[in-house]
Amino acid sequence: MITLHQVTLGAGSFVLRDVSLEIPAGSHTVLMGRTGSGKTTLLEGICGLRPVQSGTIRIGSVDVTRLPPGQRGIGFVPQDGALFDSLTVRQQLSFALDLRAWSAERQATRVQTLAAWLGLSPLLDRYPQGLSGGERQRVALGRALSFQPTVLCLDEPLSALDDDTRLEVCAILKEIRDRTGITLLHITHNRFEADRLADRILFLRDGHIEHLTPNS
Amino acid sequence: MGFDGRDLPVIDPPTPLPPPFKLSADRWFFLALSLLSGTYVLLLLAMIGADFFYTTPGHLWRALGSPEIRYAIKLSLLSCSLTTLLSLWVAVPLGYLMSRRRFPGRALLDALLDIPIVLPPLVIGLSLLILFQTPPLRALERFFPVTYAIPSIILAQFMVACAFAVRTLRTTFDELNPRQEQVALTLGCNRSQAFWRVILPSARRGILSAATLAWARSLGEFGPILVFSGATRMKTEVLPTTVFLELSVGNLEAAVAVSLLMVGAAVGVLLLIRYCGRPDLTPPSPSLR
Repeated sequence: MITLHQVTLGAGSFVLRDVSLEIPAGSHTVLMGRTGSGKTTLLEGICGLRPVQSGTIRIGSVDVTRLPPGQRGIGFVPQDGALFDSLTVRQQLSFALDLRAWSAERQATRVQTLAAWLGLSPLLDRYPQGLSGGERQRVALGRALSFQPTVLCLDEPLSALDDDTRLEVCAILKEIRDRTGITLLHITHNRFEADRLADRILFLRDGHIEHLTPNS
Repeated sequence: MGFDGRDLPVIDPPTPLPPPFKLSADRWFFLALSLLSGTYVLLLLAMIGADFFYTTPGHLWRALGSPEIRYAIKLSLLSCSLTTLLSLWVAVPLGYLMSRRRFPGRALLDALLDIPIVLPPLVIGLSLLILFQTPPLRALERFFPVTYAIPSIILAQFMVACAFAVRTLRTTFDELNPRQEQVALTLGCNRSQAFWRVILPSARRGILSAATLAWARSLGEFGPILVFSGATRMKTEVLPTTVFLELSVGNLEAAVAVSLLMVGAAVGVLLLIRYCGRPDLTPPSPSLR
């Protein structure tokens, strides 16, 4: 479970005050809101990419408020995937494993498993420049899942994709949740996407969280 | 008709399109642009062509055979290469800090870093000369001579070349997606690991451009070297100094021959910069697929 208790954080002159919310473990929670409402700021705060001015963030029973991003056990997929320009797909998938000093065989096995699952096996030796939008997002998902995090944070991962690719990545997100039991926190503007994937929809309005019912 | 079904008064009726421009109007426009641009390009080519036609292979060969000029070539290559390494050593961290961090006095530092670019070269040399007259640096010079010695050449070149390298690298880091670095942090990197594993490899083309630019700037540096290092043959003589010295004794043939060597080096560097930015070396936009 992700628990935010009266969290205040800011981005430049914008400040999000006293946000409290709970995201149950294993749920797919979608966070919606108008442009500029602070969705990404909140997500960055949870990931540790933006300092929290006050309040606490817990993942399970661990207070992660002051932990660096890499120690929170959160996989992060930004809107454009933000793949590393200079690394092949294989290197992207093993990046976090290498940092954790996994053995070469263990890394190779994990990369093969992820690649087979996400349909990336023929692309392992390609660089990001040679990938389509959907392929890039699948690599970004694989990279975020590689170290088996407890939480996956997605910042509008489908917004730049065409309709067919969007459906394809939606199916992958559903499968990820079913197969791993990971907690997903997913920002989107698209209500169709939210209804299709979420079991909880949160709406950020004027710094307050409102709960919406999916498929309503 | 409004959204609620009521009729709305027409306040902004569509106007008919203006008659299309005649094709010839476009042609005249581009002809005028080409004429204006062509004047400068022609002057540039004529200038280099004049150097080529003034000299002969014999002049060039004789110049290359002169021990003074050979010394100047060697010293230029050595000092420019050392300056380039020093410039990158400073410009990579400085460019990265200026691009990524916000701190008090950043705007002031930004302006300060441009001073060597806008300052007259002679003033840079004079300022260095005065700096090395201060007691601490005079004391240093007793053990490690700088002024009017080879280190002064490298320092004079470095002061200008580094400013250009910082500018280039700052733009490079500005253009790199900061999300890559953030993702690296969530994957388990600390700032230093994210820099070495993700940012630096992604910036390699910018680093190569900064290096070639620093090298080329160093090769052409003359004003600060003349003031800070002097123009002593076989001691502090680099290629621009040779051109100056040969001109001052009326040996125009040797001066032009050495100039042509520098033109050749400059063209080589420009080709290298263009090669670094070649489309097949630059990641294509995903939207092109």
